[in-house]
Amino acid sequence: MGMREPKIRSMKYEEFKNNDYLEEMVKELNANGTNVVVTTADQLIDWGRSNSIWSFLLGTSCCAIEFMTLGAARYDMARFGFEVTRNSPRQADVMLVLGTITNKMAPLMKRLYDQIAEPKYVVAVGGCTISGGPFRKSYHVVNGIDKIIPVDVYIPGCPPRPEAFYYGLMQLQRKIKLENFFGGVNRKQPKPVEE
Amino acid sequence: MDIKNKISNIVPNAEFKEQGDLIAVVPADSLHKVAEALRYDKEDAMDYLREIVGMDWGETLGALYYLESTTSHNRIVLRTETSDRENPMLPSVSDLWKTAIIKEREAFDFFGIKFIGNPDMRRLFLREDWVGFPMRKDYDLKSNELNMSNEVNADTTEEYSLNPDGTLSCKHNVVFNPEDFVVNIGPQHPSTHGALRLRTALDGETVKKVDPVCGYIHRGIEKMNESLTYPQTLALTDRLDYLSAHQSRHALCMCIEKAAGIEISERAQYIRTIMDELQRIDSHLLFYSCLVLDMGGFTPFFYGFREREMVLDIFEETTGGRLIQNYNMIGGVQADLHPDFQKKVKEFIKHMRGIIHEYHEIFTGNVIATTRLKGVGVLSREDAISYATTGGTGRASGWSNDVRKHHPYAMYDKVDFKEIVYTEGDSFARYMVRMDEIMESMHIIEQLIDNIPEGEYRVKTKPIIRIPEGNYSASVESSRGEFGVFLESHGDKSPYRLHYRSTGLPLVHALDSVCRGEKLADLIAIGASMDFVIPDIDR
Repeated sequence: MGMREPKIRSMKYEEFKNNDYLEEMVKELNANGTNVVVTTADQLIDWGRSNSIWSFLLGTSCCAIEFMTLGAARYDMARFGFEVTRNSPRQADVMLVLGTITNKMAPLMKRLYDQIAEPKYVVAVGGCTISGGPFRKSYHVVNGIDKIIPVDVYIPGCPPRPEAFYYGLMQLQRKIKLENFFGGVNRKQPKPVEE
Repeated sequence: MDIKNKISNIVPNAEFKEQGDLIAVVPADSLHKVAEALRYDKEDAMDYLREIVGMDWGETLGALYYLESTTSHNRIVLRTETSDRENPMLPSVSDLWKTAIIKEREAFDFFGIKFIGNPDMRRLFLREDWVGFPMRKDYDLKSNELNMSNEVNADTTEEYSLNPDGTLSCKHNVVFNPEDFVVNIGPQHPSTHGALRLRTALDGETVKKVDPVCGYIHRGIEKMNESLTYPQTLALTDRLDYLSAHQSRHALCMCIEKAAGIEISERAQYIRTIMDELQRIDSHLLFYSCLVLDMGGFTPFFYGFREREMVLDIFEETTGGRLIQNYNMIGGVQADLHPDFQKKVKEFIKHMRGIIHEYHEIFTGNVIATTRLKGVGVLSREDAISYATTGGTGRASGWSNDVRKHHPYAMYDKVDFKEIVYTEGDSFARYMVRMDEIMESMHIIEQLIDNIPEGEYRVKTKPIIRIPEGNYSASVESSRGEFGVFLESHGDKSPYRLHYRSTGLPLVHALDSVCRGEKLADLIAIGASMDFVIPDIDR
């Protein structure tokens, strides 16, 4: 079985940055040998998963408005398969955190994250979610949401351009394409504890 | 009669300060008397309370009351203070102006000042279990750790009253009874336009009461300002109301320029005015898209964004930013206009004028739109003034409150434009005001775009600006109301206190009285027609 390559249409592999991170993932995947049947099924499922990402928008401020432009005709996110945005965490694959997370919002964000079913991903959009951004020194702003929940992709900017959104979301697609579904992400959800 | 004489007649020992704004210092025990006399004055009633700014003067805590008359548009500031830092109390003016209820809550939240007679003395922005008052000068910024437990909201509010012997007694007012059916809308809800939470009591489908819970995006910008130099404070204004980014920053630049005595060139004035109006068109197009989207229509959303992208392209060429431009600077603007600017703007206006009929054809005359908007969510003129709902919401109720007309700044006294005023006060009028304002903004731009004078776009200023002691203020008509900047300087390189008048806070406050008796589904349409932006409310 050859190396799995996270292909994105019309964008060359070398044009992406952070490829070393994905190569690490590939190495890990191949470390224990691969099962041909399972890997083929994995690839098929991952192809489907990565092209139909349903996002859950946690939009608190400016970045959410820039995300709205993605939905409009000019930038048209339907091309990538993530035009289905959900406002309920229970129907989503990825949580997009758009805008500053304050101390008052943090427990709610954690609760919403916990409500998403596995496999789930988080994209931190904008300077505020990554590090606190311009409000880093404030008494009421969380300095980076990765202190509370794990983050898969960071999209910097204040707010990021629509192109930056796409680059970040394509990186997420590439990551999903390299995951083992069977015995991997489909088993991430801990079994409910019986009482 | 002169306003100074009027106040002196009531309180003989009132002092007046004229460094910047005219301020009347009145003792706390006669504040209510003065306020009442000014509010119900026969000739010139000060019926519009612009803002209550809580203050910490070190020795004393107090507040500044910015009043304006809706007939003569005269302004006056009242200052009052109390030296009791342990248990500060001031008389409430919430019986005179309804907007004072929420403004005093804000001052209580930040400074711990208890307003005697205010029916609602809960925290407004911070968690109810927050310790300390962050805007006080002696507040330790690290004293409240991140608390990941869920917040419990009380169903009662506290009302303080003064006993004859000088002690304080506390009465509990009920917000929601145990038998009320309370639905929680937000903070994660697509139609609250951000992180706003509305606790809504329902009777069947009818709204009985709306209690807005703010603060989910409170970033403490005003406190941060106190440790930033003046040029640094500019960057944060863009992030308040990101759909009036340009106008908010314009207000702060104007305030600092006025205080520091910086004259800006005519070219910069022209550029600022044109940019402000483009921003207004941008915001109103987004308003249209969001209103329709909230009501379940998807196609008009694409219409609004199609033209909005053209405006954003114009912004981007000159300023480098799409949504947040960071363009205004103290002394002018950051960069000169792009060579294609005039051409692009004229093209856009021509295009917009030719295409606006599509907007009206698809939505304005639509039978669903008219039945859901006409006659729904009526706000009377008196309430609009009392709640201080400025901007399009106030103008839809017949209150002429356009800052551009009554307190002209930049080029607005040199251009000809109409103030759009409707009298119905319903959601449809609020919608129409904004649609008409798009046309009026284009009319303003057309008068300016060919006459931009040559000259400097920015006057050179020192990197560190010191502002002489005093209180200064400036206000602009932002996309959704009067945005005000209130600055107190003690002569340092950073402000002693820099407060912003939120355009959205009065709107959210008025939601309760507007929505009572309407259907739950209309609450969404009313909220969308009021057009508030939450980060501007929470600051």
